[in-house]
Amino acid sequence: MQATTATVPPDGRAVPAVTHRPGLAEAFHSELTKIRSVRSTYWTLLIQVVASVAWAVADCAGTVAHWSAQSAHAGFNAAQSSLLGQVALGEVIIVVLGALVMTSEYSTGMIRSSLTVMPRRGVLYAAKALALTAVSLAASLVASLAAFLAGQAILAGKHISTTLAQPDVLRAVLLSAIVVTVFGLLAYGAGALIRHTAGAITAILGVLFLLPELGQALPDSWYNEVVRWLPGGTALGPIASSAPSSAALAPHLFSAWGEFAVFCGYAAVLLVAGAWSFLRRDA
Amino acid sequence: MIEARGLSKRYGGTMAVDGLSFTVRPGQVTGFLGPNGAGKTTTMRMILGLDRPTAGSVTVNGKPFAAASSAMREVGALLDAAAVHGGRSAYSHLLCLAQANAIPRGRVDAVLSIVGLADVAGKRSKGFSPGMKQRLGIAAALLGDPGIVLLDEPVNGLDPEGIRWIRRLMRSLAAEGRTVFVSSHLMAEMENTADHVIVIGRGRLIADCPMAEFTGTARATVVKTPDAGRLSAAVTAAGGALERGEWQLTVRGLAPERVGELALAHGIVLHHLAPAGVSLEEAFMELTTDSVEFEAKG
Repeated sequence: MQATTATVPPDGRAVPAVTHRPGLAEAFHSELTKIRSVRSTYWTLLIQVVASVAWAVADCAGTVAHWSAQSAHAGFNAAQSSLLGQVALGEVIIVVLGALVMTSEYSTGMIRSSLTVMPRRGVLYAAKALALTAVSLAASLVASLAAFLAGQAILAGKHISTTLAQPDVLRAVLLSAIVVTVFGLLAYGAGALIRHTAGAITAILGVLFLLPELGQALPDSWYNEVVRWLPGGTALGPIASSAPSSAALAPHLFSAWGEFAVFCGYAAVLLVAGAWSFLRRDA
Repeated sequence: MIEARGLSKRYGGTMAVDGLSFTVRPGQVTGFLGPNGAGKTTTMRMILGLDRPTAGSVTVNGKPFAAASSAMREVGALLDAAAVHGGRSAYSHLLCLAQANAIPRGRVDAVLSIVGLADVAGKRSKGFSPGMKQRLGIAAALLGDPGIVLLDEPVNGLDPEGIRWIRRLMRSLAAEGRTVFVSSHLMAEMENTADHVIVIGRGRLIADCPMAEFTGTARATVVKTPDAGRLSAAVTAAGGALERGEWQLTVRGLAPERVGELALAHGIVLHHLAPAGVSLEEAFMELTTDSVEFEAKG
């Protein structure tokens, strides 16, 4: 590196005087740049979209290959066949992104710079969550729509596909994307609480996958009572489905909106707990 | 202007910072000295609001730092140059910080050229040498053209050219009327840079005075004599202390004139007698040793 002789900061490009106190808008702008300026974001989101489409193709191709007259009555839902993969996969991928948005600040030490330029912690916490929401929602919408279209193209071979114009199909496509984003926020809250990438991701994936598994070990009567309250697992089914109610599909679950509300509840609890930790603890 | 009043921080059972009160004034470089573990970084973290004080308070321009109207325009800080996301380019790193305070992109380019990183602006910082990371950290601190610059051990990892560069930078920042608060455990480094020193040991204030006064607190006289044994006895009898170095003797606790008079009175031949410019290092060791003894007794 060439030695520099410059010692005095003043130059032609001065810093404009502050016109208003920097707040959420500036912090959001900054956080969006942070997410967009590391390569891992692009790899992560590319994998999300590609894997969602691949899953939808595999799922729908399997359905088409084994299609028989009885299948139509066995709870088949064209939207769900194409969307469940994006929800299940997107969930895992966006959980990793959501945790990283917070924990990478601690693992790199960047949090100290971030809080030095924006010492209002509540503003920084909200700005990071909003930037994460914007990025993961955009990617999940692309993944959800791409998976839906790819899946329906294959199902069309047996004339069992559906379209966005059918009742509740658009809802299934959008809600599948939104619920994945909600899981990202849940992981973000956990990241603020645990401050450690591996720890936060393990904790969230453990809860999302282990809890539903453990639930199945319960006696059927108990399991049927709790399954609708479990985060992830079977309870994601109604969200990806265009069935107006989950009665035919899974009688022990809430409707799509009901299950969505349950997941939002979990995310809210972790977001609040994360905020408390972020505001209170030394950085 | 930074003002700490009774600032304290307890970690578990130990007081990392213990009732510190000091004022850091504009227009000069204030060295913040102390051995490793003295509480310098913790103090700086409390100034920036990263750590919450257990007791006491610290203000920046009269307010807690979090109440600053635009944090970057008030304080530029470098705590740990390695604390960057290695996957982000130097430019993006600075841009995301600048955007948080609505500082335009042009300023990012400006600070990159000030610190000499314009050529590697697009490179990811994980490939940077410690010296380049240090420059990137300084660039971040200068982004908001702040009135207060806070640097924690800025010469760590720098080569001699980098050290000279930082020293000149700090001097010129202070000359422009800014408040420059810089910590170091390298006493010799501060001797050439700081106008004022705040010295702490074990979290407590040991000294807060102009540099000249600080180095003057421990005066010494360098002597050469073929008769060290007798001089030592004479000096000790007069209330001073004599240290034997490889080439010379150092007398402490007595003025040079008094050493000369003692030698004459005892008929001791001196080949050399000169007041020593006591290094900051020695003055510091003397002061902190006292503080340790004081603590042990207390």
